[in-house]
Amino acid sequence: MELFRDAWLWLTNPANYTSEGSVAERFLEHLTYTGIVVAVASLIALPLGLFIGHTGRGRRWAVGVAGAARALPTFGLLLYLVLLLGVEWRAVAAVIALVLLAIPPLLAGAYTGVDQIDRRTLDAARAQGMTGWQVVWRVEIPLALPLIVGGLRSAVLQVVATVTLIAYVGLGGLGYHIIQGIPLRRFDQMVGSALAIVLLALALDALFALLTRVVTPSGVKKAGGADIRAREGSRRGLTRAS
Amino acid sequence: MGWVAHNLGLIAELTLAHIALSILPILLGGVLSIPVGWLAFRFPTVRGSVLGLVGVLYTIPSLALFVLLPPLFGFPILSELNVIVALVIYAVAIMVRSVSDGFSSIDAGSLRAATAVGYGPWQRFFQVELPLAGPVLLAGLRVVSVSTVSLVTVGVLVGVKSLGYFFTDGFQRRIEAEILTGIVMTLVVALLFDLLLLALGRALMPWSLLAKKRLVTSEAE
Repeated sequence: MELFRDAWLWLTNPANYTSEGSVAERFLEHLTYTGIVVAVASLIALPLGLFIGHTGRGRRWAVGVAGAARALPTFGLLLYLVLLLGVEWRAVAAVIALVLLAIPPLLAGAYTGVDQIDRRTLDAARAQGMTGWQVVWRVEIPLALPLIVGGLRSAVLQVVATVTLIAYVGLGGLGYHIIQGIPLRRFDQMVGSALAIVLLALALDALFALLTRVVTPSGVKKAGGADIRAREGSRRGLTRAS
Repeated sequence: MGWVAHNLGLIAELTLAHIALSILPILLGGVLSIPVGWLAFRFPTVRGSVLGLVGVLYTIPSLALFVLLPPLFGFPILSELNVIVALVIYAVAIMVRSVSDGFSSIDAGSLRAATAVGYGPWQRFFQVELPLAGPVLLAGLRVVSVSTVSLVTVGVLVGVKSLGYFFTDGFQRRIEAEILTGIVMTLVVALLFDLLLLALGRALMPWSLLAKKRLVTSEAE
């Protein structure tokens, strides 16, 4: 337990916040990479997932890709891409490797979100004269939103966990003091960083749990479906890679 | 391909080490999560806190867990035990939910029928509940297997040799083929485990295959 006290002292030591490469800086790096990766992955995966859900085309393909991507060891992919693109492009390599990790849960959230909508609801929307685009924007997306946010939640958690590893190629993040500390046996900084990462992951998880509740349409909430659907959403396509 | 040809021995050795490191967490995770998941299913008051706890455990990044476990349990950080315990924790975290879902998926009528024809609670559990929950348990175990095989590679950062060794060694020596070999062999091991689990499911639960076929034919009609 003494170790945890040392770790806490390290984590709260003001000197670790004023120097070059401080904990605060590592924290910001961690959040920045997570944000960029999830944004890029969302831009690719969400429209694709909505398209698959809307048209019903390519579902088998999406399931296959998501399954295969689960097995891909992201740490290996990261190091491979850094060698392939060159060390000066290592930030791009890291973003690519992490985007590949984030796509499957986002894709699954979007297409299962649209998939689980009652066909009669969509028929009713069309019968009222809505065009294809109107159905997508006014019916499918609002009803799919809890599952889309569920996918976003798994993606964010996986990316936050895996950004820990980018310190190995010199990109910083909260993993820095762990990876640098192992050979030096600096347990205070390792345990301190580990605690910081865990707290960050838990905070983000809680934030997205709240967001799922907020985006659930009130009609769905009244029908009592929100809880089950949110839970399903955060589980689908969820495996950890790091 | 020159690198591969010169290192066949090492590739075989690390693949076997990787398999050995993966098996225990998958098996232990499967076995330990059955009583915990059953309790979560059976007692709704416990369910919330148990599922909440496994959810929290699951959000902890592996590198952080590798660092946090040694001071808690007193084993060295650079040890296979450390990696295995961490992977068992993740396996249980994934499986408990599947187990709870699996038992919930059983038709209450089947359970009442089993009791009515005279099954005792233990007999009913092993001969009716467990087999009927089987397909959902298998699906959970497949997720555990894929995730474990991929996670073992991160153990190289705390000095535990697996196929992940090819990642760090290949990176330091700038041999692309070496990293690629590590990635491909990890995928192969994951696929192998998955096929094995599928075969096991078919052997132990031949009825689930029949049910699927019946569903398909009835849909076609």
